[in-house]
Amino acid sequence: MYKIGVLGEKDSIIAFSALGLEVFPVEGEQEAIATFRKLAKDGEHAIIYVTESFYETLAPEIDKYKDSLVPAVILIPGRDGSLGLGQTALNAAVERAVGANIL
Amino acid sequence: MASKTINPTRMELTRIKGRLKTAVRGHKLLKDKRDELMRQFMENVRQNKVLRQKVEEGLTRANRSLAVASAVMSPEMLEQALMFPTQSVELDMSFKNIMSVNVPRYEFHTKEEDTGDIYPYGFAQTSGELDAALDDLFCVFRDMLELAQAEKTTQLLAEEIEKTRRRVNALEYVMIPDMQRNIKYITMKLEESDRSTKVRLMKVKDMVLKEAHGWE
Repeated sequence: MYKIGVLGEKDSIIAFSALGLEVFPVEGEQEAIATFRKLAKDGEHAIIYVTESFYETLAPEIDKYKDSLVPAVILIPGRDGSLGLGQTALNAAVERAVGANIL
Repeated sequence: MASKTINPTRMELTRIKGRLKTAVRGHKLLKDKRDELMRQFMENVRQNKVLRQKVEEGLTRANRSLAVASAVMSPEMLEQALMFPTQSVELDMSFKNIMSVNVPRYEFHTKEEDTGDIYPYGFAQTSGELDAALDDLFCVFRDMLELAQAEKTTQLLAEEIEKTRRRVNALEYVMIPDMQRNIKYITMKLEESDRSTKVRLMKVKDMVLKEAHGWE
């Protein structure tokens, strides 16, 4: 039995708690990294949604879990709307598989 | 170059020929695997793209509703309203095997069977906008789960394709030509020594005949 975690700034993710997901509001880069590490390591959270605003900070950490089954780290747009970063993850995967960006 | 260090013997030749056969067969199989993985991958990418768009639209809408709700209500009230969820989501994960790559399949179930009851607060002190925001969020949640599944699948497939492609290329451009070169080298060496033995024997025969009968 797994849980779903949501990591991001408080305003963007607080509503997810009503759905029954576990929300982890963070402020600042250090806290984000520490929380993400903890979540990714414990093996209880199969999916971690991360708001796009923290992608830059967490990118090296997220990359570590790219090839493992658990957890799946998925970017979601924060309250400022989509920054198009989610698409970059897909493009990176395509580039890796095909050798060129064909999208 | 590897061909410099190998022994030009028949045993070595047989060994390399066997290896070449295996390598050629492996190359064909891996190539087929790569092609099929690629097909699955592209299908997945297309699906992923659609889902990503859907989720981003849905979440943007939900966020907009939430922004309105937080404008109407005080932040403390909002937080309080959402503090104790009635729902809790549990996630089941199973695996699906795509060309020997294990990819996750998620299935979630909520504790509360009644999906209509997603509001963890009384209606007296909250605004209707909050209800709308939660509604939007709930609608997009299923897609979010599917997106997670699709995106993880894409990543895992990409890794496997990369690996397979490297193997195919290594076999095609390094291993197989190398072995073919070695085989050629050994065959030529063996033929050469055959010829030299033959010539030596002929010479010896000439010498023996000359000694016995005085033939020129």
